[in-house]
Amino acid sequence: MKKEIYTISVYTENNLGLLNRIATLFIKRHINIESLTVSSTEIDNVSRFIIVAFITEDQVKKIIGQIEKQVDVIKAYYHTNEESIYIQSALFKVKSSLLFDERQIQNIIKKSNSQIVTVSREFFVIEKSGRKEEIDKLYNELAPFGIMQFVRSGRISVTKEEMKISEILKKQLN
Amino acid sequence: MNTETVKIKQGKTKTTQRISGSEAIIKCLLAEGVDVLYGYPGGAIMPVYDELYKYQDKIHHVLTRHEQGAIHAAQGYARVSGKAGVAIATSGPGATNLITGIADAQIDSTPVVCITGQVSSHLLGSDAFQETDIVSISTPVTKWNYQITKSSEIPEILAKAFYIAKSGRPGPVLIDITKDAQFGEFDFEYKKCEKIRSYNPVPKMDMAQVKAAAELINKAKKPFIVLGQGVILANAEEELKSLVEKADIPAASTLLGLSALPTEHELNMGMVGMHGHYAPNVLTNDCDVLIAIGMRFDDRVTGNLETYAKQAKVIHFDIDPSEIDKNVKTDVAVLGTVKETLSALIPLINPNKNEEWHKKFKDLHQIEHEEVIHPEINPTKEKLTMGEVINAINKETNGEAIIVSDVGQNQMFASRYADFKQSKSVVTSGGLGTMGFSLPASIGAKMGAPEREVVAIIGDGGFQMTIQELGTILQTKVPVKMVVLNNEFLGMVRQWQELFFDKRYASTVMTNPNFIKIVEGYGIQAKRVTKRENLSNAVSEMIASNEPYFLEVIVEKEGNVFPMIPSGATVSDVRLK
Repeated sequence: MKKEIYTISVYTENNLGLLNRIATLFIKRHINIESLTVSSTEIDNVSRFIIVAFITEDQVKKIIGQIEKQVDVIKAYYHTNEESIYIQSALFKVKSSLLFDERQIQNIIKKSNSQIVTVSREFFVIEKSGRKEEIDKLYNELAPFGIMQFVRSGRISVTKEEMKISEILKKQLN
Repeated sequence: MNTETVKIKQGKTKTTQRISGSEAIIKCLLAEGVDVLYGYPGGAIMPVYDELYKYQDKIHHVLTRHEQGAIHAAQGYARVSGKAGVAIATSGPGATNLITGIADAQIDSTPVVCITGQVSSHLLGSDAFQETDIVSISTPVTKWNYQITKSSEIPEILAKAFYIAKSGRPGPVLIDITKDAQFGEFDFEYKKCEKIRSYNPVPKMDMAQVKAAAELINKAKKPFIVLGQGVILANAEEELKSLVEKADIPAASTLLGLSALPTEHELNMGMVGMHGHYAPNVLTNDCDVLIAIGMRFDDRVTGNLETYAKQAKVIHFDIDPSEIDKNVKTDVAVLGTVKETLSALIPLINPNKNEEWHKKFKDLHQIEHEEVIHPEINPTKEKLTMGEVINAINKETNGEAIIVSDVGQNQMFASRYADFKQSKSVVTSGGLGTMGFSLPASIGAKMGAPEREVVAIIGDGGFQMTIQELGTILQTKVPVKMVVLNNEFLGMVRQWQELFFDKRYASTVMTNPNFIKIVEGYGIQAKRVTKRENLSNAVSEMIASNEPYFLEVIVEKEGNVFPMIPSGATVSDVRLK
């Protein structure tokens, strides 16, 4: 069976230890988590995990079953890249001198649709949101000039189809 | 009207009282109907033990000799009583010693509640004496776990613990309680938990699926039922029997499903799986509709999945949606408790007769009887066989005993050669295969079903893994009957070495101590049998005893369990020798 990138969205109670519990389900099956984002949702005390993994559809179905079985999990879904709108964010810290010495850097920033979020005497910080490939591209372009620091967030995503998740969850919780 | 309100108000104020966290724990246990718990004291759980001392007339604490003994005893208790077993231990090593039993309870769906002490909350993370992160350690092997750091959390969390352990597909829950939460005082009030908003223990039955299942069963020419522990956990033994009889369907059991249908029932075809019976294994790959009821298609049941029942339509009745299509693709999945779904199914089933199909089972069983069963229980060799020992126990107990087997050859012989007349007669470590399970589990089983005979069947290897629990038997005088089948080998591993590793007996030879002296040292009656002519009398004496009794039987050193499906082979390639 073909492996592909799946985005797994898990809606849970906001309880201590649940991140660990969900992570163990992946570890038990020897599946690496490519990226992970946990945040609060529009519903009080409900958290959303967005987990990205490179696995087969059979694996993702089974892992959804195991996740949903957990007492503190309300609902879990999986989507392919085609079915979701997804981005991640990245911050690049670059020496300030480069901004003045290397005209090319300004072009790179412009072309990549990224923003300068702060400038100091020593360094400036570029923020870029987009798909993984776009961030990789910017990284590769900036790398020859020297990147002082680089950080990338986990994926966040919503489904392309309407999917009234708040209503579904509220129904589930009652 | 006014006075009524006052009364209600008064009633309410009466139900709360200011008590310590540790006393609250005991009150919660009492409110949940707990009358016995198994454990071992230590620093971080001492406040609870102090309360156990004060409440000793209401709740019986059994001091095991190791925390692993406590959790296995709690499992044994749970498996025969249908209630949740309770184990209690201190922090650090006390808590980690529970882990094997917790993992065992998780994979065998056994309701147990474990309470562990923890260092005071201000010390958490400081590597304090006997501090261990038991919540993280137990996460992958618990159905749910929680750390209490405030005494006021105790009633709600313990209520949740019992509810979660017992509801839906049962399992182990661990509650870790810091020492300051045990000391802290608060206004106690207990309410049983009946619902958790994120938790749906029993999926809603879909009548369309029940109808689809009925349709397949009604059309079937060669239907076959594989039943599992789900039948016992749902108390659906009667429903199962009605279905089997109404549609005349041959049924076989998984290891944990044994005793759900009486062995003597004419449609009971025995056990499936690696050392199961010949006919049900072979005919799994011949049936046209395979009806799986409350079981999970373990690899020891299915053998090679690529060739498992490929010709059959598969119907799966289960309470756990994540089991559907996990190992075997199903054509119809019926979710819900087996009791509910079978009750809905039975009226839709047409009475049927499948005589030709039955004959296939009978013919194959005859082959197994001649080639395996008869020679095993009527051996011509000088040495006793494990099968004839089980057969002798079975005769003496009339198939009415609870058999608590350990793991390995002793377990397979016990499962194959004992008869079971009533449900909940089999206690064994199925999924995890925990050696050392039997002795402590038999203590819990006898306490959970004191009116029944409880016989532990143990190998000489497994016996030495939890042998210290003889001390628990000495202290509690719980009248369990222990049978050690001694072949001076780790028999099952040796069997595999013989068959698949050219008889290289790597570390399976056991130099054993004098078990009789050890057991007698614990003040327990003990007898050794080496000769066939003494077996039956010794077994009679053991069963007749009202006290704990130990019987060591010296058996053939290199006896093998057959039939056998070699690991990775297909079920129909079951070997008779």
